Amino acid sequence: MPFVIKRKPLNLMEKLYLPEIARGLSTTFKKIWEKPVTLEYPEQRPTIPEGYRGVPTLVRDPEGREKCVSCQLCEFVCPPKAIRIVPGEIPEDSEYAHVEKGPKEFDIDMLRCIYCGMCEEVCPEEAIWLQNQFSMSGYSREEMVNNKDKLYELGGTLPDEHFKWNKKKDAAAKGGGH
Amino acid sequence: MEINPIVLKFVYAAVVVSVIMGLCSYAVLAERKISSWIQGRVGPNRTALPLVGGIPILGPFLTRLGIFQPIPDGLKFLFKEDVLPGHVNKFYFMMAPVISLVPALTTVVVVPFGRFVNEAGDVVPLVLANVNVGLLFLFAISSLGVYGVVLAGWSSNSKYPFLGGIRASAQMISYELAMGVSVLPILMWVNAPGKEGTMNLFDIAVAQNGFWFAMWMPLSAIIFLVCLFAETNRLPFDMAESETELVSGFHTEYSSFKFGLFFVGEYAHMVIGSCVFTLLFLGGWNPLPFVTLESLGMGQGILGAVLSVGIFLGKMCAMMFFFMWIRWTLPRFRYDQVMKLGWTILLPLSIANLILYIFIIYYLDTGL
Repeated sequence: MPFVIKRKPLNLMEKLYLPEIARGLSTTFKKIWEKPVTLEYPEQRPTIPEGYRGVPTLVRDPEGREKCVSCQLCEFVCPPKAIRIVPGEIPEDSEYAHVEKGPKEFDIDMLRCIYCGMCEEVCPEEAIWLQNQFSMSGYSREEMVNNKDKLYELGGTLPDEHFKWNKKKDAAAKGGGH
Repeated sequence: MEINPIVLKFVYAAVVVSVIMGLCSYAVLAERKISSWIQGRVGPNRTALPLVGGIPILGPFLTRLGIFQPIPDGLKFLFKEDVLPGHVNKFYFMMAPVISLVPALTTVVVVPFGRFVNEAGDVVPLVLANVNVGLLFLFAISSLGVYGVVLAGWSSNSKYPFLGGIRASAQMISYELAMGVSVLPILMWVNAPGKEGTMNLFDIAVAQNGFWFAMWMPLSAIIFLVCLFAETNRLPFDMAESETELVSGFHTEYSSFKFGLFFVGEYAHMVIGSCVFTLLFLGGWNPLPFVTLESLGMGQGILGAVLSVGIFLGKMCAMMFFFMWIRWTLPRFRYDQVMKLGWTILLPLSIANLILYIFIIYYLDTGL
């Protein structure tokens, strides 16, 4: 709805203009003594708010296993097609062979990633997380692709208490399976 | 050993010009720092010299103040690519920056920056050329600076610089009038009947041993100050540049060192303008109204000379600060407002002011 802002007519002091300039000068002069609001970046870091969507990473569970089971849902949902997964088997000599699959290769191209967080949303295993890191830099395109090792290094451990793999293994040992 | 006076003059000139250039480069730093303080920022605080920056407490403090910043600022102009656009008139395009800088540096010769009392008790002005037409010379030469702007605008052969040049010339002409008329009361007072007539800036400063002219001719001072802002193309009158509508105005097509010359020229104009305002209205090197260095007993010899130069430079720096302070207080005027202010307010006001002071000075002089 259109409306009209009523403007007061200027009084004499305002019409003279110079007193108003003096008032403006005093305002700016007070500003000089105020503390700057600048965050001096490399030394001072911003506080990252809860739920921040930074660089996507892969996490391990508290027992050090990869949570990712290479279902490739994130690869399919990723809008800019930044994720490439080559699914693989867990080696035969591992304690957890045959329990689940794991990714053989997992690449996220950070030049394509748009930090939308859909991979995190879609992941049934809570294996991919957008964490706090916000600055990525490199000298070549290859450097900007995060491979599996890099992703786990960035991701760290997720302190969840599900221990899904143990439960699955126990169930399989008792002949239950799924 | 007798030093050839001509050689001595060259040495003095070199010293004064290098001081002015140093002042200009630090004026740029001051501008950046004061802008940042007023805007709640930190400003240049990273540039450090390898050795000086490493001194424990002093080094980081100076770095934080940005003391070393002018060096890379200047070097940047030297090392950048100097683009000469194909569509310009090359001769005038190259000449314009020089023409805008040279008048600013030429006016320095008549600006006294202190005084020295020699053993015989004579007061000697510290000035390169103590000419009797000082003020006239200053007005004449400093307004030549606009030719640099106009030539740059015209020779760039593109729209924005052209508009900037046109605006600058129109603005200069409008404000020159009010500026000239506003200082006439001072000249009338200094050249009162019975006194020795002079337009010498030194004598004008000496005439302010009692009242400063800003105190009993405040209207003249205000009109002169406003015109000074317009003449130096500073905000709120930087019509010639006005980034928001004319990209960068007259120096849009300039790069590297040619741009640097314009840049230094602008600050040199500011320095000279501050000097002139200090001399005409703020009592030159008198520490306070009615207080001279002599009355404090510190006017003699080298100490007196150093003190007078120091006080003068202090006042000048305060004026420079005022220039920068105004910049972040007032937004830029619209072009028609600038013209209206110049022709319909300042010019009539300065004439009215002149007539008023004609009567006042007449009554004061004839003792009616």
